[in-house]
Amino acid sequence: MKYILYALAGLMVFVSCGEGQGQKANEPGALVMETTPKGVLESENKKIAIYDFDGLSELLERKDEKVYVVNFWATWCKPCVEELPFFEKLNDKYAGKNVEVVLVSLDFPSRAEELLLSFVEKKNIKSDVLLLDDPKQNTWIPKVDPKWSGAIPATLIFNKDRKVFYEKSFNFDELETELLSFIN
Amino acid sequence: MLIGVLLMTSVRGVYAQDTGGYEVGDLATDFKLQSTDGSVVSLADYDDVRGYLVIFTCNSCPYAVAYEDRIIALDKEFKEKGVPVIAINPNNPKVQPKDSFEEMKKRAAEKGFTFPYLLDAGQKIFPQYGATRTPHCFLLEKTDKGNVVRYNGAIDDNYQDASAVETTYVANAIEAMLAGEAIKVENTKAIGCSIKI
Repeated sequence: MKYILYALAGLMVFVSCGEGQGQKANEPGALVMETTPKGVLESENKKIAIYDFDGLSELLERKDEKVYVVNFWATWCKPCVEELPFFEKLNDKYAGKNVEVVLVSLDFPSRAEELLLSFVEKKNIKSDVLLLDDPKQNTWIPKVDPKWSGAIPATLIFNKDRKVFYEKSFNFDELETELLSFIN
Repeated sequence: MLIGVLLMTSVRGVYAQDTGGYEVGDLATDFKLQSTDGSVVSLADYDDVRGYLVIFTCNSCPYAVAYEDRIIALDKEFKEKGVPVIAINPNNPKVQPKDSFEEMKKRAAEKGFTFPYLLDAGQKIFPQYGATRTPHCFLLEKTDKGNVVRYNGAIDDNYQDASAVETTYVANAIEAMLAGEAIKVENTKAIGCSIKI
């Protein structure tokens, strides 16, 4: 199974690079990661790349023209699931406006195919979804933000000039207000 | 002035993690909380202990569930050495019905918890400790001055797989405390479920 994942991962990188060139950069689902995932979960309509923190950090360190809204969540986290529609709405409303919404799942990797992939498919999640599979949490949590206790939901909004971390739940208005402070 | 106060309030709201709760070296409060076995438990009830491993945990969080067996093992190992586990469910059962007192009783019986499993009724205790998630551990040392926080954080460094753990943070901290040595890692972070208020 592992070998299939790696083979798929290699293939996905190839395919997603190809797609990336053809797609408008701001289209939802157009996130192109520079690092190679350690695996990929895939169903007919959805694919979720799996990264360890080293792989993910490329995204968190980007300094380009976009605003990144990175939400840490899991299907088992009730308040996370409750606020997910607001991130989806934000992703939809600001598609094509240099805003990238990325949902970083902290689901258990052993159950991600069963729980995460099916959730993303059932809810037809349009934002990019990645799975962070890295048990060394005490090492990577402070790298996301020194203030983060590790509780989720948690969200990072950043552009090349500024980075703000939120350990809280959002409603849509609050989320949009925070985003606009990066755009204006 | 009023604006200043309002501003402070909102900043505290967002960054409550930084401003509330115990740091290593602080004295921890005692409590009187109902346990699933029908008793009412306080730290002061324990005679002949060196300290306490207070763990905020619950039924409903998969991370907490993943650690249940390890919490039982910690209690079995360290109770004899004078550091019993005391588990406290900090969640509001109205927000998370799986964490009701009745459900706690069921879970404690199913898993055969060897330690008291208390409900933080009214949610007055977890904010004083500064627990932010489940599971979240506080190791207390019983001293003449009171119960001193010696360690704050995660149980170990691998929630996914107990057999792949490399550093048993809390066990290391307890062993150092019992040996009268400095605790090398006093604060750790881990992913967990936010506390339901």
